[in-house]
Amino acid sequence: MTTTASRTPLANPAKPTTRRRPFNPRRAGAWALLVLAIAVSVLPFLWVLRTALSTNNALATNATSLLPADFTFGAFKRVFGLQTPAEAVAEGGSGAAIDFWIYLRNSVVFSSITTAGAVFFSAMAAYAFARLRWKGRNAVFSLFLGTMLVPPIFTALPNFLLIKNLDLLNTMLGMVLPYVFMTPFAIFFLRQFFLNMSREVEEAAMLDGAKHLRIFFQIVLPNAAAPIATLALLTFIGQWNEYFWPLLVGSQDDVRVLQVGLGVFKSQSPQGAPDWSGLMAATLISALPVLILFAAFGKKIVNSIGFSGIK
Amino acid sequence: MTTLTRNPGTRTPRLPRTILNRTGPGRTGRGDARIALFFIAPAMIGFVLFYLVPTVRGIYLSFTEYNILGDPEWIGLENYEAIAKDPLFWNSLAVTGQYVLLNIGLQTALALGLALLMHNVAKSTIIRGALLLPYLMSNVIAALLWFWMLDYQIGVVNQFIEWAGLPRAAFFGSEEWAIPTQALINTWRHMGYTALLIFAGLQSIPGHVYEVAKLDGASAWQTFRKITIPLLRPVLVLVLVVTVIGSFQVFDTVAVTTGGGPVNATRVIQYYIYQRAFTESDFGYGSAIAVILFLILALVAFIQMKFLKGNESDLD
Repeated sequence: MTTTASRTPLANPAKPTTRRRPFNPRRAGAWALLVLAIAVSVLPFLWVLRTALSTNNALATNATSLLPADFTFGAFKRVFGLQTPAEAVAEGGSGAAIDFWIYLRNSVVFSSITTAGAVFFSAMAAYAFARLRWKGRNAVFSLFLGTMLVPPIFTALPNFLLIKNLDLLNTMLGMVLPYVFMTPFAIFFLRQFFLNMSREVEEAAMLDGAKHLRIFFQIVLPNAAAPIATLALLTFIGQWNEYFWPLLVGSQDDVRVLQVGLGVFKSQSPQGAPDWSGLMAATLISALPVLILFAAFGKKIVNSIGFSGIK
Repeated sequence: MTTLTRNPGTRTPRLPRTILNRTGPGRTGRGDARIALFFIAPAMIGFVLFYLVPTVRGIYLSFTEYNILGDPEWIGLENYEAIAKDPLFWNSLAVTGQYVLLNIGLQTALALGLALLMHNVAKSTIIRGALLLPYLMSNVIAALLWFWMLDYQIGVVNQFIEWAGLPRAAFFGSEEWAIPTQALINTWRHMGYTALLIFAGLQSIPGHVYEVAKLDGASAWQTFRKITIPLLRPVLVLVLVVTVIGSFQVFDTVAVTTGGGPVNATRVIQYYIYQRAFTESDFGYGSAIAVILFLILALVAFIQMKFLKGNESDLD
């Protein structure tokens, strides 16, 4: 999966390295377009930051200043419930009690549990699909893969009914259950890596009488640490951004995750004018964990995007 | 990949040799069946409970009338007959189709352009990272960010539009703009990701093919038409299949911004299913539309694979 993008430029030996290239209008044009695309991708986030640090009253009269209009941390205080209702209303908030700490906590719990469970159990299953021989293995694997084609909305309705029948609506358990045992993508992704591992070490361990459980924990997992980390990263980000299922199952405050909380916050606009700075502060808080992961592991994430694993 | 280079065999466990009475991984037969069952059990539970049974149950529910209270009541094809006569369903289909065309058209063209730009002038990870950033944000964040920037009163985009001497646009509030706006938001979010997928495909085209074309005096356009596109085709088809299927299931951005409005302008299929099932408690009807959506997606994927020959490469 990660190999495609890391080709060395061997295929391009004519690349000049030290000599300054003469000005090439075509190249300059290409760069200009690329810079434009990057600006379109990145600048909106700075605009969110600038808005989050402004007051609503100043935003209305000063819609285009690049710097925060009437700088304040009020919006952040407001979404964390640190402002009194009177203060909040004075700054253009709704005055309704909002506490993004709870949503933040719920998002962390939801994403962590589902990621840990899905990655670990998927690794176990991938081991069985890649390294063990048993009857019906390929048929079962195809069946698992087939689920990738079923649109999530299709299973969401019956899954909702199941969680409701189990009396688990508005519980963290109910939110976590459909994700925690596996994701088809995770099994598929890890199976690819396990298939390519050398058998020799494993067979040597087997001759020494090591059981599969030992081999799995002491040889396979440590050797696959890098792809497992990448998978965990991608799964966590995906779970963090999940909206539809938590919207269906976790609508009460004590289990509501950030993405759902944002939607609710947006819909409680006070007297017509939305609390823009509060909304953007909340948006930024929801984006922050992913931004931090991206700053720390950006290269891993970027290099994982490719199609070689699917071909 | 550098993961396989570490030598894990540093420790040799001293265990009794019991090779003879068990089957190693190299042998045939069903020797591993019991241990395999153990390894696969958790994933199997998840698969059966949350994928397999719901798929079957979803199909069953589509033939019933079910409003959560009481039991589902078998009504045969009545839901499907009602859907065929339901103007809101046909509207949702039309709106979704319009959305998919706009979204996929724009997104694929922009992504292909970006991938070529990266391939030709800059392959750095930082540039790819910057372009990928919107994709890592949730749909909700993308929706709210643009909901603010495209606000009619004080959104920055409308300020620019006014400076350019044009009339302000009600991006979310007018029926004509509502769907293009949704398409633009999702294009913004997916453009870089799609570009990276195509870029990976470009990287896998062997360099010597280009060398030969250069020696033969092919122009840039000829090289693009006669070499890049044909060799990239399998990747492009795969990208199209994946993005089209995703595009048909647009929901989050609509739910957060317009809620299906103004009037019915953004009531896309998935939003309509959601409304029928969850706000109107009509699970049978909702399931039936979901079955139809499922069939549409399968058909679209099949057609794309068949007619664009996605599983054949022109290489060799």
